Amino acid sequence: MIDLTWKIGGEAGYGIMSSGLIFAKAALRSGYFIYDLNEYPSLIRGGHNTYTVRISDGEIYSQVKPVNLLVALNQNAIDFHKDELSQGAALIVNTDKVDQEKIKISKGVNLFPVPLIKLAKEVDGKEIMMNTVAIGASMALLKGDFEVLTEVIKDFFKGKEKIEELNIKAAKLGFDFIKNNFNKIEFSFSLPKKNRDNGMLLTGNDAIALGAVKAGLKFFACYPMTPINSLLAYFAKQGPELKIVYIQPEDEISGINMAIGASFAGARSMVATSGGGFSLMTEAFGLAGITETPLVIIEGQRPGPATGLPTWGAQGDLRFVLHAAQDDFPRIVLAPGDPEECFWLTIEAFNLAEIYQAPAVILTDKHLGESHQSVADFEDSKAKIDRGFMLSKDDQLKEYKRYQFTENGISPRGIPGRKGFTFRANSDEHNEYGFSNEEAEVRKNQVEKRMRKMETLAKKIPNPNIYGPDKAEFTLIGWGSAKGPILEAQKALETENVKTNFLHLTYMNPFPSQFVADFLKGKKNVLMVEQNSTAQCAGLIRERTGITIKNHLLKYDGRPFFPEEIAEKVKELWK
Amino acid sequence: MEIDKFKTEEKVTWCQGCGNFGIWVALRQAFLELGWGPEDVLLVYGIGCHGHMINYLNNYGFDALHGRGLPLAQGAKLANKNLNVIVIAGDGDQFGEGGNHFIHAARRNLDITCIIHDNQIYGLTVGQTSPTSEKGFVTKSTPHGAPDQPVNPISLSLASEASFVARGFSGDVKHLTKLFVDGLKHKGFSVIDVLQPCVTLNHLNTFQYFFQRVYKLDEAGHNHNDKISAFTKSFEWGDKIPIGLFYKEERPILEELLPQLKPEEKSLVDQDIYNIEIKSLFEEFK
Repeated sequence: MIDLTWKIGGEAGYGIMSSGLIFAKAALRSGYFIYDLNEYPSLIRGGHNTYTVRISDGEIYSQVKPVNLLVALNQNAIDFHKDELSQGAALIVNTDKVDQEKIKISKGVNLFPVPLIKLAKEVDGKEIMMNTVAIGASMALLKGDFEVLTEVIKDFFKGKEKIEELNIKAAKLGFDFIKNNFNKIEFSFSLPKKNRDNGMLLTGNDAIALGAVKAGLKFFACYPMTPINSLLAYFAKQGPELKIVYIQPEDEISGINMAIGASFAGARSMVATSGGGFSLMTEAFGLAGITETPLVIIEGQRPGPATGLPTWGAQGDLRFVLHAAQDDFPRIVLAPGDPEECFWLTIEAFNLAEIYQAPAVILTDKHLGESHQSVADFEDSKAKIDRGFMLSKDDQLKEYKRYQFTENGISPRGIPGRKGFTFRANSDEHNEYGFSNEEAEVRKNQVEKRMRKMETLAKKIPNPNIYGPDKAEFTLIGWGSAKGPILEAQKALETENVKTNFLHLTYMNPFPSQFVADFLKGKKNVLMVEQNSTAQCAGLIRERTGITIKNHLLKYDGRPFFPEEIAEKVKELWK
Repeated sequence: MEIDKFKTEEKVTWCQGCGNFGIWVALRQAFLELGWGPEDVLLVYGIGCHGHMINYLNNYGFDALHGRGLPLAQGAKLANKNLNVIVIAGDGDQFGEGGNHFIHAARRNLDITCIIHDNQIYGLTVGQTSPTSEKGFVTKSTPHGAPDQPVNPISLSLASEASFVARGFSGDVKHLTKLFVDGLKHKGFSVIDVLQPCVTLNHLNTFQYFFQRVYKLDEAGHNHNDKISAFTKSFEWGDKIPIGLFYKEERPILEELLPQLKPEEKSLVDQDIYNIEIKSLFEEFK
């Protein structure tokens, strides 16, 4: 079985992210499963960047700790990552930046000194392409197919022939350097080309973008903020072709209000931001609630409060999103665990937002949003579009009540600008016609009507997934992006004959209270795994089921969970 | 009367003699003159006394958040480019809470109209200073006199690249109606700041005050195609106060600059979303 982790580290500003992605795609196209992880500080030049690609011939769900092939572009990369190297690992050292004499690495690590800058300069006189040389060298060490790498580089720089040519040349120099200078390669990992289609290499953001297109997104407003920037770049570029309008608003307040306006007008609309931007959006979040305007909000979590750790990950906004904005109103909160779920839950969010005429939040985070995972092509023909109780043009000719009291709480929705009966959306409390009204009875009835929509939806949400046997010695619970590392931890524990099951939550509101209560009933060894400091989801479970989960594995340093940490915790608790 | 089709049955709660009445009448008159029906217009309202108009006008309406009418209106316009979209804002609403949106909406230049009910005081919260209150103005929040220079809506609009900038007076409904018609006809972002006395709380800037001071720019030979003279005129505020069109320019609207909104394309709201093909999008991720 092949399970290899490749890592490249160096100074920010040298295109490490592009080279990492090129390498990951080359491995994907060689027929492997991929999970990657990039880490970068919140600055443009000078900081330490890394890109890690895990490659396997079996399904994988997250990063793991040991690094088997490290490309060190500078001394820092060695100092920071040498302890991550596994027995038998290979280390490609940039001899133009690192003094070989000073390298102190443990026994069992094989050193491959390569003059990356000297080789890069042979191509076009600049050192910027040293990353590409390193990718070529890596492919050679792994006995990979250079043709595959060539094709990936060609596609990556499509339309920029000169750059494409230079990069292929640089990669070839690195590839040949290894082939020509190391007769016997002491490195047991290899990536022979396999004949299987591994689909796409997607981040959570990519999957959300594809889901949104499929769902009929027509208007997207998004103020730049890590970690959702790749979403706005996608729609800024593809918008004209896909007939989707992307606007960069002056701030997040404007963005969400624009999206509410577009949705009121009848277009499926979305905003994306992180916790800080969502803080600015909260008043309008409530506006969508009281005016019953559908809206999809992507909230890519990162450590806070305020600016926090801008380029790192967290799951610290669950309580915030569940309670944001004053008073009660229906809100849908979904937390996908991987790109596949990002795609399907995005489509679901657009449907639910329109059916229940309410805002729907999708909680992701930096790691889910920006890490690539190999995903089979989506069977998108299975997707259904449901726009809920929308009036036809003819129905709108007759008098109707926009905020009519109904049994399930859902009122008829028209499109402004159509001939017929005019209506109004009102942020003031209003009567059934939408006219401002402060009578106690009207207020009471409207509050109850709105909240009834949540009761209606609560009866229809799917059960959460359980991974592993129904009955197991140990139970793990996680929500959103903790999914991958927990699945990997289960695999690791299984090899040690430790049987676990794992409850993964994706519907955070409405919450599958009864199911969770039934599932947890009588279970003694339960561990909650989440990326915040107060076990927010464990608190939510207690609130909704009365069940207290005593054991928590919490992480709030901005770094993702590693499966090793989770497996370790299980053993520490119960072995 | 035909104008009544733009009126609802709701009880009007503005104070007797409120400057908002003039705006209400002029707007309906303008719709009539433009040949619009109630369903041809979406009005987006801010929060303040002006916002109550959502209950009195029979058009499509959205009572938005305080200061956020403009973003909401821009979203609606982008979603349905065939809709006539008007923002009804107040001075505190637009220049206090919504100042940033104003600047950016102006430079973005969508084909919408922003009408500011400018009474230089906070009415609905019963008498605090507003961004357009005159320096030294005594209110509940400035008992020793407002210390700040007021915002100048006209020069701010010009500096923010609004393509139609005008000032009206709700004491002159005929003139105001003409400004509304011209502003609504203008292709681009039109701002009409309306001097609209608050008869209950502002005892300085009264109807009488304005009747004595206002004069019409077009009658004074002002060239509204000249931005420099528009700026010069915008600073005139004292014994004489100019009303009318300060500035107008033709430049491409945002809708024309986005290929997906070109005239031959359907409005976003009219596009089929039931059968969207995405397989071809998978390629770039392989």
